Amino acid sequence: MIYREAGQFKTSYANDLVAFPIKQDKIGIWIWLFIAAILIPIFGLPGMDYGFAMKAIMIPVLIFTITTLGLNILTGFAGQISLGTGAFMGVGAYACYKLTTWFPDTNIILLILASGFVSAFVGVIFGLPSLRIKGFYLVVATLGAQFFLEWAFGRIGWLYNYNPSGAIEVPARDVFGVMVTGPSASPAVQYLICLGILVLLTWIASNLIRGRIGRSWMMIRDMDIAAELIGVRPLAAKLSAFAVSSYYCGVSGALMVFIWLGAAEVESFDVNHSFLYLFMVIIGGLGSITGSFMGAAFIWVFPLVLKEVGKGFGANATVMENISLIAIGAMIVIILIKEPHGLARLWQISKQKLRLWPFPH
Amino acid sequence: MELLYGIFIDPWVQMYELPDFFIQVIWEGFVAGVLYSLIALGFVLIFKASSVFNFAQGIMVVFAALALVGFHELGAPAWLAVILALITMYALAFSVEKFVLAPLVGQDGIILFMATIGLTFILIGSGQWIFGGETKAMITDELFLPSGDIVWEVFGGIVIFQNLDIAATVIAGLMIVGLALFFSYTKIGRALRAVADDHQASLSVGISLNQIWVVVWFAAGIVALVTGIMWGAKSDVSFALQIVALKALPVLVLGGFTSIAGAIVGGLIIGIGEKVFEVYWGGLMGGGVESWFAFIIALMFLLYRPQGIFGDVHIERV
Repeated sequence: MIYREAGQFKTSYANDLVAFPIKQDKIGIWIWLFIAAILIPIFGLPGMDYGFAMKAIMIPVLIFTITTLGLNILTGFAGQISLGTGAFMGVGAYACYKLTTWFPDTNIILLILASGFVSAFVGVIFGLPSLRIKGFYLVVATLGAQFFLEWAFGRIGWLYNYNPSGAIEVPARDVFGVMVTGPSASPAVQYLICLGILVLLTWIASNLIRGRIGRSWMMIRDMDIAAELIGVRPLAAKLSAFAVSSYYCGVSGALMVFIWLGAAEVESFDVNHSFLYLFMVIIGGLGSITGSFMGAAFIWVFPLVLKEVGKGFGANATVMENISLIAIGAMIVIILIKEPHGLARLWQISKQKLRLWPFPH
Repeated sequence: MELLYGIFIDPWVQMYELPDFFIQVIWEGFVAGVLYSLIALGFVLIFKASSVFNFAQGIMVVFAALALVGFHELGAPAWLAVILALITMYALAFSVEKFVLAPLVGQDGIILFMATIGLTFILIGSGQWIFGGETKAMITDELFLPSGDIVWEVFGGIVIFQNLDIAATVIAGLMIVGLALFFSYTKIGRALRAVADDHQASLSVGISLNQIWVVVWFAAGIVALVTGIMWGAKSDVSFALQIVALKALPVLVLGGFTSIAGAIVGGLIIGIGEKVFEVYWGGLMGGGVESWFAFIIALMFLLYRPQGIFGDVHIERV
């Protein structure tokens, strides 16, 4: 009804290529941003304790959305499957930790953004084998990265400043007089920082993907030999995908430890987390930016909801945890069978239907 | 200088001075390698027949062992528990074929791979739900597995062989021979080989792909059960095994995805290599290098020979 492009004419080529061709989409984005940037930090989520809504739902969802975006760039757009996401997040987190020790007075947000570059560098190194191998072989290579880095986080004392507990603990830091990290920081500020970084990175990602580099990723994904024949350099395309993806993972890892967890051990970056991020990508939709948001939110919120539902029926927590594992596994299989493009595709289909409503075609 | 000495000279000196200990290390690595080979064998069976890279093989090992111990705990005698565990694995093979593989026929390998990751989570969840998540002891005595050890005096020292490890090696060997005979001399075995060669050609001579897939998944299930028993007897049945089982992946990379001989040789190389590296070089790096050694070796090997030692060279056309 309202969602319809009737009367919106394109009068120039550039006009035809804008990111949101339909006016309602543009308005929709502003509404989402308004909700996310103003309503949620003020009121929290409806029907929920404010602190819980921020600390347990919104902040992790935003952070994992960045991770999912990163993995989606690599797996969804460039077609290189990776099971090392957790470790690359860890690289970001440990890099940020080292940076804060070296530059205690620098703005922490800049350090978080900078630590992504360390992660990107490591990502490129472990991405090198992708030039010779692909598919399942790459799974082995990225798992190698995962286990090697996990080991490094645990055994190389320099990385955690020889802290006897082996964990990295986040120092309290402020930005322009507002506490950002540490226990005294307010959830609203932390939320807004995550949101700001997420919006920035999403904007960059969507433009990268629309541009030359993103197209070369997709060509490599669809058929690498053909892409090479028409002039895409696989070296540049694959390694840039690894670099950008690892940058995103690194930033989200640094955010995860510095803004959300406050302290982290090796277990926060283990292989099970890597699976979880892959699930976010699959459920949300391979090769979709909207899907990254949906997937991250869904995989994070679903077990929490299930736990609440289970409490209502008086089931114990372990049983519900197992049920949520089964449900997520089953959902992966079902999504792959029924709708390989995930939730994002469902969203797109429903929008398409709305455009034509009440006519079926 | 000291570091160089530690890397290049000291380990060899140690090996030379304590040959009995060196043999012991190799034997331990060999036994671990046999188990890696068995897991890799399950992968290869499925990959050959259906081109599915079955990520769930590791958890199938845990699941089979859990089912066996679980049924025994419920009061079934050992022989009945084995049969029930086999039935469970058959049911699993059947439902995987029906609900996961059949609807995904013709999809990209990578999609099928992700589906098996989904399957892994289903199996972890249901395994913990049905049989409980706590660590269980394998019913070693009831299954007539030997215990105790043999001490071999050699080079002025001793080498200890656990009877259990010897039994595991023998059983693994028998199973591989059995599988080889099954593939060469039975009708289903030949059909399996035909499917592995060419799906369409085998369809055209009247082989039912769906039936074959159930058979290979069941065969992989049996392999998983045997592996689970052996591994469980060595170090209890727990879900931690699933992570260790991921080491079958570098084994496959070394041996090639389609070669049974490759799975065995690759498993032994990885098993012995990582033990020797851990014992003689690991100390220099703070220990615990076993967790990644196999992967890094596989990675380096990939750069040199991507198809593995025994794998087929894959030629791609546009």
